[in-house]
Amino acid sequence: MKAETGNVITVDALHKSFGSQEVLKGVSFTLGQKENLVVLGKSGSGKSVLIKCIVGLMFPDSGTVDVMGNDMPSLPIKELNEVRKRIGFLFQSAALYDSMSVRQNLEFPLRRVKKEKNKKVIDEKVEEVLANVNLADAIDKMPSQLSGGMRKRIGLARTLIMNPEILLYDEPTTGLDPLTSIEICELINEVQKKYESAAIIITHDPKVVQLTSNRLLIVRDGIITAEGTYDVLRKSEDEWVHAFLN
Amino acid sequence: METGSKHTVVGTPSLLKKSRENISKRIISGKEKSVSFLDGLGDAGFFTWRFLKELFSFNISWREFIRQCYQAGNKSLPLIAVTGFIMGLVLTIQSRPVLVEFGAETWLPGMVGLSLIREMGPVITALIFAGKVGSGIGAELGSMKVTEQIDAMEVSAAEPFSYLVVTRVLACTLMVPLLVVIADTLGLVGSYLGANIKGDVNLFLFFSRAFENVEFTDLLPATLKCFFFGAATGLVSCYKGYTAASGTESVGIAANSSVVISSLMVFMIDAVAVQLTDLFISK
Repeated sequence: MKAETGNVITVDALHKSFGSQEVLKGVSFTLGQKENLVVLGKSGSGKSVLIKCIVGLMFPDSGTVDVMGNDMPSLPIKELNEVRKRIGFLFQSAALYDSMSVRQNLEFPLRRVKKEKNKKVIDEKVEEVLANVNLADAIDKMPSQLSGGMRKRIGLARTLIMNPEILLYDEPTTGLDPLTSIEICELINEVQKKYESAAIIITHDPKVVQLTSNRLLIVRDGIITAEGTYDVLRKSEDEWVHAFLN
Repeated sequence: METGSKHTVVGTPSLLKKSRENISKRIISGKEKSVSFLDGLGDAGFFTWRFLKELFSFNISWREFIRQCYQAGNKSLPLIAVTGFIMGLVLTIQSRPVLVEFGAETWLPGMVGLSLIREMGPVITALIFAGKVGSGIGAELGSMKVTEQIDAMEVSAAEPFSYLVVTRVLACTLMVPLLVVIADTLGLVGSYLGANIKGDVNLFLFFSRAFENVEFTDLLPATLKCFFFGAATGLVSCYKGYTAASGTESVGIAANSSVVISSLMVFMIDAVAVQLTDLFISK
């Protein structure tokens, strides 16, 4: 897989601390159009904080986060929300709304964010995204009735319904069995092809790197220690990188 | 002896040092608690300000507001109805012997009516509401916070504050006065039945006596404070749930503190309302 050029996200010298603990220590990278960029690192290395800063859920202490020409930390809430409409975020836990059925979960962004009122249009879009994640028959189930893999798929369907230009995946395979993990990775690739979206995939799972990455960043203790393709980095002479990828 | 004197010589400064350390630790801990209390107060004030700002931006999901009204009203209705009925019944049964002794039995409906409408109905309904609905809101929003559902709304530009908080606070503000009307009515029905256990009172006569002494100046402050009870319960519970820390333990803490602080707020608002009524309205 080869990514196209042109950056949709540019992060420069990003610093973020919680109290005395510095989590991100000057992270810089870019995300190209239609590119799957995997950020790999151990738990607690600051990966999730990084994408939360990108989407404006956390504010960096210093540095810039440019998303499609918008400096995210300095945007007022209305403009921030306009940018957010173009970004999809799949949470580690999928974050499905417990009190709503799958159908209502998918309808929610259409009704609330896109202000769509036409029932026919809503139904068509819901059925389309459910078919895209191969879960058409789960439409009337409640989140509590779904398995971990199904929840992730529905979470992805809920972000896809907004036709995002950028997708941010936070540990998409955590807590899933190896086969379901592979299915999710295949789904990530299908989404990239079908929606022509760029994606940042946060993970500590080398299988995800192997199956989905166009490019790979390795984060260690809040800094990027290695960058390149999977094939190049797996032959790295750095012991830590080598151990992680092999 | 020698050992004892050694203990005295060595032990005294060490004890003094320890007690000094304990005192300074207590001072620091007290200072930290005060700062954290003031921090919390500031956050709650900001939360209330944000609620007012969002309320007047009119970006309210009316569908969710109606759902919340149903949730808050319908779910607490049976409990409040039973409590209201028992409140009237017990008040009558306990007051009757005293009034009979003074030959003032005919005052019973008026006394019960005034007590229920002015004080007992609103306060007891608001306390039950805080327990039932406040804890529910605190736990629900706390759980949504912990499982990143609120963050999911935030990143999809769904404006969760307006959708989750404004609708719930409005629903609570509207539902408490309606529930108080029901509790008062059933309280009077309970009182009528209580009066008929040992006496024989005509239904029409009982109700006309009950409302004989109730004036607009009794109804207005009682109704107004119900709106404040509802708003306070909604705001406190939403604040506690919406700002819950991570971890499942926070859900329990949010639910618990929602009830405790809402109940306290009900009493504080009632105390202020009684003073204001006494100052401006009472004859």
